[in-house]
Amino acid sequence: MKRVYPREEVCIGCHLCEIACIVEHSASKDIIRAFKAEVPRPTARNLVEEEGPVSFSVSCRHCNDPPCVQSCISGAMVKDYQSGVVRHLEGKCMGCWSCIMACPYGAIRKNPVRKTVIKCDLCLERPIPACVEACPNRALIFEER
Amino acid sequence: MEYVIIGSGVAAIGAVEGIRQWDATSPITIVSAEPYKVYGRPLISHLLAGKIREADIFYRSDNYYDLKGVKLLLGTRAVQILPDKRKVALSDGRMLPFDRLLIATGGIPFMPPLPGRDGPDVYTFTTLDDVRKLEALIGKAKKIVVIGGGLIGLKVSESLHDRGIRVTVVELADRILSTAFDPIAGEIIGKHLTEMGMEIILQNSVTEIVRENGHIRAVIMSDGTRRDCEAVVIAIGVVPDISLVEGTEIKTNRGILTDDFMETSVSGIYAAGDVAEVYDLLLGQRRVTPIWPAAYLQGQYAGSNMAGAKIAYRGSIPMNSIEFYGIPTVSIGLSNPAGENYEVRHVYLPEKKLYRKIVLKDNILMGAVLVGRIQRAGILTGLILNRIDCGSFQEELLKDDFGLINLPVEVRKKMLTTNP
Amino acid sequence: MRADETKCVGCHRCEALCPTGAITIRRNPSDFRDNALWTPWHIKNIYKQAATGGVLLTGMGNPCPYPIYWDRILLDASQVTNPSIDPLREPMELRTYLGAKPDAIEVINGDELKTAFTPQIPIEYPLLFSAMSYGSINLNIHCGLARAAEEMGILYNTGEGGLHPSLYKYGKNTIVQCASGRFGVHRDYLNAGVAIEIKVGQGAKPGIGGHLPGEKIGPEISLTRMIPEGTDALSPAPHHDIYSIEDLRQLIYALKEATDYQKLVFVKIAAVHNSAAIASGMVRAGADVITLDGFRGGTGAAPTMIRDNVGIPIELALASVDERLRQEGIRNQASLIVAGGIRCSADVVKALALGADAVYIATAALIAVGCTICQRCYTGKCPWGIATNDPYLAKRINPEIAHEKLANLIRAWGHEIQEMLGGMGINALESLRGNREKLRGIGLNEMELQILGIKHAGA
Repeated sequence: MKRVYPREEVCIGCHLCEIACIVEHSASKDIIRAFKAEVPRPTARNLVEEEGPVSFSVSCRHCNDPPCVQSCISGAMVKDYQSGVVRHLEGKCMGCWSCIMACPYGAIRKNPVRKTVIKCDLCLERPIPACVEACPNRALIFEER
Repeated sequence: MEYVIIGSGVAAIGAVEGIRQWDATSPITIVSAEPYKVYGRPLISHLLAGKIREADIFYRSDNYYDLKGVKLLLGTRAVQILPDKRKVALSDGRMLPFDRLLIATGGIPFMPPLPGRDGPDVYTFTTLDDVRKLEALIGKAKKIVVIGGGLIGLKVSESLHDRGIRVTVVELADRILSTAFDPIAGEIIGKHLTEMGMEIILQNSVTEIVRENGHIRAVIMSDGTRRDCEAVVIAIGVVPDISLVEGTEIKTNRGILTDDFMETSVSGIYAAGDVAEVYDLLLGQRRVTPIWPAAYLQGQYAGSNMAGAKIAYRGSIPMNSIEFYGIPTVSIGLSNPAGENYEVRHVYLPEKKLYRKIVLKDNILMGAVLVGRIQRAGILTGLILNRIDCGSFQEELLKDDFGLINLPVEVRKKMLTTNP
Repeated sequence: MRADETKCVGCHRCEALCPTGAITIRRNPSDFRDNALWTPWHIKNIYKQAATGGVLLTGMGNPCPYPIYWDRILLDASQVTNPSIDPLREPMELRTYLGAKPDAIEVINGDELKTAFTPQIPIEYPLLFSAMSYGSINLNIHCGLARAAEEMGILYNTGEGGLHPSLYKYGKNTIVQCASGRFGVHRDYLNAGVAIEIKVGQGAKPGIGGHLPGEKIGPEISLTRMIPEGTDALSPAPHHDIYSIEDLRQLIYALKEATDYQKLVFVKIAAVHNSAAIASGMVRAGADVITLDGFRGGTGAAPTMIRDNVGIPIELALASVDERLRQEGIRNQASLIVAGGIRCSADVVKALALGADAVYIATAALIAVGCTICQRCYTGKCPWGIATNDPYLAKRINPEIAHEKLANLIRAWGHEIQEMLGGMGINALESLRGNREKLRGIGLNEMELQILGIKHAGA
């Protein structure tokens, strides 16, 4: 399956991938409204780590053998074997943070406004994920490896 | 190929999902003593506290078993395993033949001998039925004593407290959460729970339950202290339910012994979950690891191997994530090691109720405890499981925002640029 | 977020990345009273020098309002007589061969060539990427240039900073430069490309040597240039072994010997007052290709006074060099490449018509990958990641994207050149080279028309 792979050699730390993720997961899909009008502001599912000259974007790897699915106590994390995507069913999430404890990439984080978690959903409704499209330096590659 | 699974917990579901990755069609039968489809057992405290409704507790969708081609026998107990005949005897008299059998009976609460124990109003807290029983006390009982200050004991205490009951926790050790967490974490949580209104008594134990006309009136502790109460919850530990294999050739220790492929000493019979003894990656020996993620994973490996996959399970590490009144706590691996070969460092801010501790041995991360801030804790889990040499970034491990960026480039590249 | 406008150089990087288009770049100077002589620029330069006692430094090419002759030359087109050629339907030859052409050709038996040729390098377009040193720019750009040169069948020039080992594989498309500092020059380097360019001078700073400030010299640069990290890399003004034309001849043939006569030797000079005489000498000294770099040429670092006041326009230098070599009957003995602020394919066509065999572009290439000519290259803080080796900034150039953009530029200009040629009724560069009849001047005086060797429009 195609996944989003980061390339730290050409990541410029501009955070446009996070902005694109916020816009994609907003109600209006409009950048101005998403940031200024929508309450709560949607949260980015990806995270740009940066220190000194190094930076890269981390998002859910949609693992073949997902530790988060194994540790979820409510069945909110499920692997969809058709698409390969690891889905988070927010309605079932209890905010126990077991998946946060299990994910070796730190790709799952607490939702700042609800007692649930947030993670990348691979933008299934788009031809390519929003973050990949927004990156100005091709630091995110969407391909099969 | 007939697959039979005894037990309907998360290990059974892992097994179903493991089997179905390799064998899409052969029949699977699950024998479940409990009369419910699989539910998230750790969620019973949320249910008791009123934070979720009963419909929310189920772990998979209602039609899950049909979708996966699983025959579910609810409320049916397996009473005997006949390994030679490849059959399981059921409580309703039927005999269930199997080609591959998985024993996933889980654990049962340990009931210590205690004067006054027998009789009504003594509870344990491991099943959905336990929730129903305790639910009946709400509004009737005013005070409840919980024996045991471990994970289960504190969770049931928190839930009862949320429902308006005055709770006293009696713990034998000098701190709560003594198995899963370390002294400092225990102290932070203990103080916090006390601030919230629970009574926690340490270094004490209940020696007698006082009854009058059959009903509980109070408990007496080893130092003579008395606490009035109308009910008692016993939560001092869970032991593997190995009753079924007694008398068979299936070898046990504390739990059912398994090899790297989750198979028991009898070919074609497997064990997984709280009932099984598996390899502990950190201690380097076999033991029971009664935690949810390990149970699922063991079930998955057992199921895959039952279907002919032959993939070795590398072993478990203990890990717990639990939140008490707004303070999240996580412990991974060896949270409180004995012995001198370990290097332990921590950052502790008592006023802020923040604590972060790491345990290293020969530069390899062996354990971690986080209280208050647990963001991306899983990165530490990955370091422990993959035995990454942390020598070059030991200092950074204590940072709240420790990230992949602090790892050596080659380690990080391998993680992020290859097929996961 | 607060911006410090005292540090803003107008590089447009913030505007380019802003996802809502919220940023526009405007000048924000405090105004002085109008003064035609004492412009704000002169005033502020004096403030700077009074404060520091230092030489004013700058980057990129001469921005002063001297006349631009490209903009006063017009091209011809076919009408009725000598019909146009449609490049999409008929073959159009843009390929050129660089190298000395013999005075005459001897053929035996009707089709066997007897005359021996010195090496010839074919280039698919009359365009090459000019010298930009590794150090003034970074490896990501060099990589992009090399790959684009390979894809488009042209050449790129390493500049005076040596050649990074990872780029040796693009040798077939590489000109290695041998400048006065001899940075990174060793035998494998000389044999790595298809040509060696002896850099005697550079259009942006005629008469002085190259300058790479110490801030821009990190570990990789240090290794490739074979100098210590952090020290300023100052190339001397003259090659200390070239003090006369005879010395130049000696060096040219030493290089040919060292490379077994397999490589072409280019000699690059800045366009100065007596370029024609110097060029004549260089051809007679054995250079296979003469490179002329006009005063608009770019640079990573140069003293402002020299960049803005020394040298002559390439259009005039080209015309006079081409004319002199023809008069002396030696024009065929070397190819002529010009450089120095060629901005578009029309400039290229005019240059070819004035006598060039091909054109070197560098500033245009950098603009293709993002440069906004903020002229801060010498600080090593290029915000577009071009003129810097700071790892944080250099990442901003993705070699893959640079390659695509550079190749696109060549492809686009190539197509436009074809259209212009076709419009003139010409289908091969051979017919355009030095064909002054295809040009007319406009708004030029007698002297300018005479030097350029073209008629005035209407005549």
